[in-house]
Amino acid sequence: MPVLWLILIVIALGGVGYFLGRGRALGSAGGDARRLHSLPSYYGLNAALSAGVPALLLLMGWLLVQPLLIDSRVSGMIPDTAIGEGSNLSLVMSDVRRVAEGLDLAVQQGAITAQEAGTLSPETTDIRELLGRVGVALGAEVRPEVLTAAQRYRVLSGTGRWLMTGLVLALALGGLALALARTDKDFRARNVVEAGVKALLILASTIAILTTLGIILSLIFNTAEFFRLYPALDFFTGRTWSPSFGGGSELGILPLLWGTLYISLIALLVAVPIGLFAAIYLSEYASPQVRAIAKPMLEILAGIPTIVYGLFALLTVGPLLVSVFGQGGLLGVNWMQGGTAVMTAGLVMGVMLIPFVSSLSDDIINAVPQAMRDGSLGLGATKSETVKQVVLPAALPGIVGAILLAASRAIGETMIVVLGAGAAAKLSLNPFEAMTTVTAKVVSQLTGDADFASPEALVAFALGMTLFVITLGLNVFALYIVRKYREQYE
Amino acid sequence: MNDMRILERSVGIKEVKISARGCQVYYGDNHAIKDVDIDIEDKTVTAFIGPSGCGKSTFLRCLNRMNDTIDIARVEGTILLDGEDIYDPKVDPVQLRAKVGMVFQKPNPFPKSIYDNIAYGPRIHGLARNKADLDEIVEKSLRRGAIWDEVKDRLDAPGTGLSGGQQQRLCIARAIATEPEVLLMDEPCSALDPIATAQVEELIDELRESYSVVIVTHSMQQAARVSQKTAFFHLGHLVEYGETGHIFTNPSDPRTESYITGRIG
Repeated sequence: MPVLWLILIVIALGGVGYFLGRGRALGSAGGDARRLHSLPSYYGLNAALSAGVPALLLLMGWLLVQPLLIDSRVSGMIPDTAIGEGSNLSLVMSDVRRVAEGLDLAVQQGAITAQEAGTLSPETTDIRELLGRVGVALGAEVRPEVLTAAQRYRVLSGTGRWLMTGLVLALALGGLALALARTDKDFRARNVVEAGVKALLILASTIAILTTLGIILSLIFNTAEFFRLYPALDFFTGRTWSPSFGGGSELGILPLLWGTLYISLIALLVAVPIGLFAAIYLSEYASPQVRAIAKPMLEILAGIPTIVYGLFALLTVGPLLVSVFGQGGLLGVNWMQGGTAVMTAGLVMGVMLIPFVSSLSDDIINAVPQAMRDGSLGLGATKSETVKQVVLPAALPGIVGAILLAASRAIGETMIVVLGAGAAAKLSLNPFEAMTTVTAKVVSQLTGDADFASPEALVAFALGMTLFVITLGLNVFALYIVRKYREQYE
Repeated sequence: MNDMRILERSVGIKEVKISARGCQVYYGDNHAIKDVDIDIEDKTVTAFIGPSGCGKSTFLRCLNRMNDTIDIARVEGTILLDGEDIYDPKVDPVQLRAKVGMVFQKPNPFPKSIYDNIAYGPRIHGLARNKADLDEIVEKSLRRGAIWDEVKDRLDAPGTGLSGGQQQRLCIARAIATEPEVLLMDEPCSALDPIATAQVEELIDELRESYSVVIVTHSMQQAARVSQKTAFFHLGHLVEYGETGHIFTNPSDPRTESYITGRIG
């Protein structure tokens, strides 16, 4: 039975449970809702949650764990001799899975019977041709070990699937029955539902945290693998970035890190003053009518996809800069060779960050108590003196936090850099030269034809990890600043 | 009634500091102050009393044009400070506020050091020629604010770290530091405990020697204790204005009598 059906059945059971629970509670009170401990809908919800939530959780867990378990069981069956030159266990395992899938399909389409699928042998049948007929193309002939493993894989996952269906349905029915059995007019359904809601909320936040952990873990293993192949010292101190897929690459992170920081710096130099001044105007000077229009307009900037900003950089800002700073340009200097440069990407990224800085700063400035402003105005200060000497100092921690958050966005930005900054990894101070960033190189290293196990591809994970650590550090620092000074004016 | 007897103090004839004629204030469509005429004397403590929402704070904020900072507020009529119309287009409200200082209901020290809190006004208006001058102004203001002895050893500590009563005296000292001629106080003791209140009231009495002080208060005892003149506001009207002792012992308007005897509030 497909998983979707299973989910729908469990949800339907929950729906049925709602009405059964509600009806049963009302029945136990003789139809008079006032004699119930809780409102009737709480009894219904209690039954629905008891039927649905544990069953769906079991389903989710099972779907996550089953492939792992089966993989480990089946991979034990594959002898080292079956792993060819230049291949590894995980590649063979993906072959196994693919053959198993193919067999499933073949059975479904009637090309073979379920009986045959378990007993096929490569000597009597051309498996590759058979699977090709049902639409599963294989790269090479199927080796006997792989076929046996695939057959075993099918059997195990088939059993697992049946077991799962049975258990999930049993759990749903059991939960429903238990909830209904407990339902009578004195049962505190409201409190139980409250606890259930709380558990759901905790689950949601746990998933968010676990995902972060999962991302770190997925990076860590590949990063460690990279450092096994390439010395960490060379990676962190190397001043040359020249990956060559034939081997002998120099993979120093410094030019990329420099490009990242340089572009981010220019972006912040653009975004912080403009964003901050815009925020001050909006929160201190603008009339409510202007504010009601200008603030959403400014925030539209935040909704533009970064790829569109990238196009803007490539098509508009780059040529514009060349026409000013390039050869034969307005200034008569020849600083800029092409449209893609640190300056191009930095300016556009700065524009992208303006709403980020202004919106956060605006909220923070608005949070400064009116009493502060009154006190300053009452002493005969002008509006700008008040802003400069009282409002901004009071809002400073929050503004610093906003800037640091913007900085970590700038560091992690990819599309604008790919289109606007060029692809050359260089250590240079000239902002009109093309440079590249960590993120852009992560993309190019992973999208190439490189062997996944080579340091040239794995370096992407080390780069990603470095970037992650830097932005994480910035975010933590931002939070620290905000927390430390938050209560200053209260 | 013991309280009332001390009010029978003599009030000499003094020159008029602020004089309002036909003053109207609107908040949008709401007519908050209706046709108020009043003469506020120099070197006198004038108390505005009245039930909540009667317009006494609104009128107080007219006297240094703090209502300008509220978009929907509109003021009509004339208010003269030393014979000059403060709503004249030629008058700079910022300069006016330096002359007419204000202390607010809730103590609002800036999140700066005690020293910088006091030095804020003088720095903005360029009252000090050098650091020594500024030091002197700060010390003098803190002494007149009756808080010098408590803070002289920690001028670098943040003003927000003081107790409520100290903060309010700091705010009064801060207002004094710009050498105002009039000091407006909007319920300066409503957020303070009785001991701090007593200290601030004592301070107000001392300030009377140099300034014209206008105080809005909800406490009739406080009005009786600190003021020489009292104005009673009700629903936007100035109902009665006169010597404090007279208002409290022999009000001429029935509304005033109802209010001070606690029948309306």
